[in-house]
Amino acid sequence: MNQQRREFLKKAGLGALAGLGAAAGIIPTFALEKTDPSGFPSKPVPGKVRWGMLIDTGNCREGCSACVAACHFTHNVPDFSGTKNEIKWIWKSPYEKAFPTSSLQFPSHDLEEREVLTLCNHCAEPPCTKACPTEATFKRWDGIVSMDYHRCIGCRFCMAACPYGSRSFNWQDPRPGIAEYSKTYPTRERGVVEKCNFCSERLVKGQEPACVEACPGKAITFGDLNDPSSRIRVMLGENETVQRKPELGTLPSVFYII
Amino acid sequence: MIEKALKGNRSYWAWVALLLVCIGIGLSAWGRQMSLGLGVTGMGRDISWGVYIAQFTFLVGVAASAVMVVLPYYLHNQKAFSKIVIVGEFLAVSATVMCMLFILADMGKPQRVLNVLRYPSPHSMVFWDVMVLNGYLLLNLVSGWAVLGAERKGVAPPSWTRALIYLSIPWAFSIHTVTAFLYAGNPGRHLWLTAVLAPRFLASAFAAGTAILILISFILKKTSGFDAGREARQKLTVLAAYAGVANFFLLGTEFFTAFYSNVPAHMHSLQYLFFGLDGKGQFVPWMWLSLVTGIASVIVLLVPRLRSQTGWLLFACAGLVFSIWIDKGVGLIIGGFIPTPLDEIVTYMPTVTELSVTLGVWAIGLLLLTMLLKVAVAVKTQE
Repeated sequence: MNQQRREFLKKAGLGALAGLGAAAGIIPTFALEKTDPSGFPSKPVPGKVRWGMLIDTGNCREGCSACVAACHFTHNVPDFSGTKNEIKWIWKSPYEKAFPTSSLQFPSHDLEEREVLTLCNHCAEPPCTKACPTEATFKRWDGIVSMDYHRCIGCRFCMAACPYGSRSFNWQDPRPGIAEYSKTYPTRERGVVEKCNFCSERLVKGQEPACVEACPGKAITFGDLNDPSSRIRVMLGENETVQRKPELGTLPSVFYII
Repeated sequence: MIEKALKGNRSYWAWVALLLVCIGIGLSAWGRQMSLGLGVTGMGRDISWGVYIAQFTFLVGVAASAVMVVLPYYLHNQKAFSKIVIVGEFLAVSATVMCMLFILADMGKPQRVLNVLRYPSPHSMVFWDVMVLNGYLLLNLVSGWAVLGAERKGVAPPSWTRALIYLSIPWAFSIHTVTAFLYAGNPGRHLWLTAVLAPRFLASAFAAGTAILILISFILKKTSGFDAGREARQKLTVLAAYAGVANFFLLGTEFFTAFYSNVPAHMHSLQYLFFGLDGKGQFVPWMWLSLVTGIASVIVLLVPRLRSQTGWLLFACAGLVFSIWIDKGVGLIIGGFIPTPLDEIVTYMPTVTELSVTLGVWAIGLLLLTMLLKVAVAVKTQE
């Protein structure tokens, strides 16, 4: 008797929950959680935000990789030995590898040895989102090229389309490669692509990206490219800057002072 | 009709058993890949597509080449092709099924494959490729099967098959054009970023696919006594020869544009594939083997005195298939990733697991082709 009563209560409770859920779906005013679709228009609206980054390569200290460590800890990026199954969101590359199409005749000694930060460029014209067959990677209203790890089918088309090598694939379960878990960002599963997200999870909390915060040389400036009075725009106006592979028309949002 | 595939002599069943063993090996390897992830393959962060996508690309071409018998027979009333049309259509069906299986094998999350239909994205070439490949499979399977069924009953095929067959002709061109667009639209991959990629895909497909049809017709003649006809084979030989000429001509134009313009990005992949770059050239022997075999085969096919001899014809057809398989199945896809976007040279070596899965998919396709052709031959020879 008691057992039956318990069963009844369990089922009635489940039924009531299901009913609530259905009502929430059918009658919009009852919605338990509302998503505002106007928050995600595909094209940047004039006057709206376009996040961008300016890296002063001269202030980037030799041998320092504080930003890489901060980013990879914050986002639970696994560390596997070797390059084959490697996952990286931000890393240091020799100048001539980051800018292979720039003039490399008679470079200065300083430039020959310089390493620059490379990461997703959050292009205004991203080839990766165009290639994605499921909209698992998409450009947000604020210019960030984002990933939906639950929708990605792992076809790796975005990796073939990206001309900057900024995307990584989970060739194996990433969790064994994470030494210390960060609770601020979810871990991923094997079989999906991931990359830098410009710390969108920190931006909503009003924080700067983890790499910007971690840099001891203050070499990274982050801000709104659409705001003429932002620090990044002022600095872009005052300095000679370059972008990676500008000839491809991707319009990167990451700029470099060489 | 399918019951006709269940009757056969000892060698038929031995062949089926061999294919089943290969399928078993493939399935167990795929199980390992599913439980451990795609890290068990030779692919990696830099060369993120490998044997699977390369086989897919080659097989789309094989599928498209059915048009080389369908078009002359149905549009130009070339009676010589009456017996081989069904072979072309069923080859297209099997090749398309293999294409789809290779895509599934390459996916990190194959359980989410329906996301492609749930979130249709016309800006993505994959979306179009899924549409045209599935359409092509249906067109060939339905029209081929219906025409064969009518022949068995000794009646004229229903008139709607005509519409499907006409539709399948431009559709064949579309599958390989869209497949070329998968690659040709990516900025920064200069080996693929060329307008002649789609024409070259079609030329190499019509060369290799037609050569495969000729080889199959010889195998059918030897194993079942079904002869598609000497005239059909002769006509196909000429088609394969000129498609082969077009393929190597287009490859030549790639070399001219890259090396005469002297633009480094355009030259690098070709340099890596054919001559080696920075002292590294994993595929150099393969690419030269492909080039020499392919050109020699085309010459044999062009000389009437040689191509009319069965021995030479078999050598030339096999050589052409082998050449284009290396070119598309090794060079083009893997070479497109080298040098990497960060100008590095990375080597790729497929693993045993990867090759076993590949073997399994080929075996599934060959089993399907064997059974479909068994039915076709049984109907044609009124067994």
